[in-house]
Amino acid sequence: MKSPQDLVRFLLPVAVFAAGLVLWEAIVRAYGIQPYVLPSPLLVLKTLVADWPVLSQSLGVTLLTTLEGFVAAAIGGVVLALLFNQSKWLEYSLFPYAVVLQVTPVIAIAPLLLIYLQQQTAVIVCAWIVAFFPVLSNTTLGLNSVDRNLAGLFQLYGASKLQTLLFLKLPAALPYILGGLRIAGGLSLIGAVVAEIAAGSAGAGSGLAFRIAESGYRLNIPRMFAALLLLSLAGIVIYGVLALVSHLLLRRWHESALGKES
Amino acid sequence: MGPAPPHPRFQRDLSPVGRGVLRGTIAPTDIQPQMVESIVPETAASGPAVRLRGVSKTYDSGVTALGPLDLDVRRGEFVSLLGPSGCGKSTALRIIAGLASPSAGTVEVSHHGAEQRGRHPIGFVFQEPTLMPWATVRDNVRLPLKLARAPATGADTRIDAALDQVGLAEFAGAYPRELSGGMKMRVSLARALVTDPDILLMDEPFAALDEITRFRLNNDLLALWRSLHKTVIFVTHSVFESVYLSERVIVMTARPGRIGAEFRITSPEPRGEEFRTSAEYAAFCREVSNALAPSYAGQAGA
Repeated sequence: MKSPQDLVRFLLPVAVFAAGLVLWEAIVRAYGIQPYVLPSPLLVLKTLVADWPVLSQSLGVTLLTTLEGFVAAAIGGVVLALLFNQSKWLEYSLFPYAVVLQVTPVIAIAPLLLIYLQQQTAVIVCAWIVAFFPVLSNTTLGLNSVDRNLAGLFQLYGASKLQTLLFLKLPAALPYILGGLRIAGGLSLIGAVVAEIAAGSAGAGSGLAFRIAESGYRLNIPRMFAALLLLSLAGIVIYGVLALVSHLLLRRWHESALGKES
Repeated sequence: MGPAPPHPRFQRDLSPVGRGVLRGTIAPTDIQPQMVESIVPETAASGPAVRLRGVSKTYDSGVTALGPLDLDVRRGEFVSLLGPSGCGKSTALRIIAGLASPSAGTVEVSHHGAEQRGRHPIGFVFQEPTLMPWATVRDNVRLPLKLARAPATGADTRIDAALDQVGLAEFAGAYPRELSGGMKMRVSLARALVTDPDILLMDEPFAALDEITRFRLNNDLLALWRSLHKTVIFVTHSVFESVYLSERVIVMTARPGRIGAEFRITSPEPRGEEFRTSAEYAAFCREVSNALAPSYAGQAGA
């Protein structure tokens, strides 16, 4: 299965990454750059290990926020799309506001939300605002791309609205919904980070974004990099998990999940 | 408690048509057949299976696509509607199925037999296989029974029987993408047969298939028709296919489609490949072609 070309495709970015790290380390050493200006990769790694108790706790906080925002966005986006699909009037009334929420930068909304909501709630709402729109618009697109003749067949056999939804519209929309969720996963992390930075609170419930801001103020640049590294890894893992779920759900039938050979 | 309740679909036909406001934007599933359609219980055994009177279809744009059309189809008859594209032959089929409503005229579809869950008087086969890609062959064929909430016991037997009829018994667990075009069409046919319909409506079902596959499906369809005694209305634009399959070929005129000519294809049964190469067959094809020619007059490239 693994052809030489696949191997090259995998090795090339890894090689670039390694070369970048080596170059970075070399420059920091050669010019004697201070850690508070630019820490070396090794130092970042050491800091990550040394500060693990603090950072891991923050990672947990951020991941939990992201998860809550993501779940809310997934449910909210799909449910809203289903409601819009059932009632044109509802769609006409509400869709413009969904767009407004989407195009207004969340970083500008976050401070307002923090005034009116409890901090933990506000952070989740921020993650939700950023993440729900792709789910909503993708699900809407999916529900509208049902095969015309299949819909006719359901009509011929006297299918109820619920049957049509469960056995036709939702399965047909599934690939689109999963596409929306994949985007929403990354976006809910962004929403959580933005809200944490806007909130800027210290203490036990502080997420990774807060650690980055805090380390910045204290010129603890190695920890800043370490926290950033963790955030980046979290984003990659979220995307990977969602892509895997999508693949597992679609692999038997959908074009996007089929190998090139079939 | 009096007569058996009407079939669900025809029950729904009796509901008022009150959705005119959103007509232009509604999804295809929302299209409600108008009240013109009625179901005639089997009283006269020799009565027509389908009777159209003055049926026409005019779109909102003012274009008249079909009719007025009068048509009687005898129970157990194999009729082809033959015509150029855009002559409204598919529209006529959709109107008979209740998938579209006529602008004027009446449609009567008779059915016989006691009402039973999962039995449906009409089976429809589209030009595309129109299968659910996320479901296996078995689950695709199960769909009409599932929608009718037919009891699970017995459903499996009927699905097996339907798959057997189209020769796909071994492929019950396959997904549509794993099948060839001809096999997908067979699944579509099995799905139409699983409700044991009185009438089989087929809308250019084999048009997209290669010739060999089409010939084979033609023969299998004829065999099924002979053994199951269904009424078949077959829409096609192929003179050769219509003559090969039908007892009666109805040649339709260009838009708006009306009946231009009718031919009875009298030939010894059962038909087979030797009929396809006989002089008799060629003569029928020539006659039907000649009748069809005016429908193409005035069309660029005809």
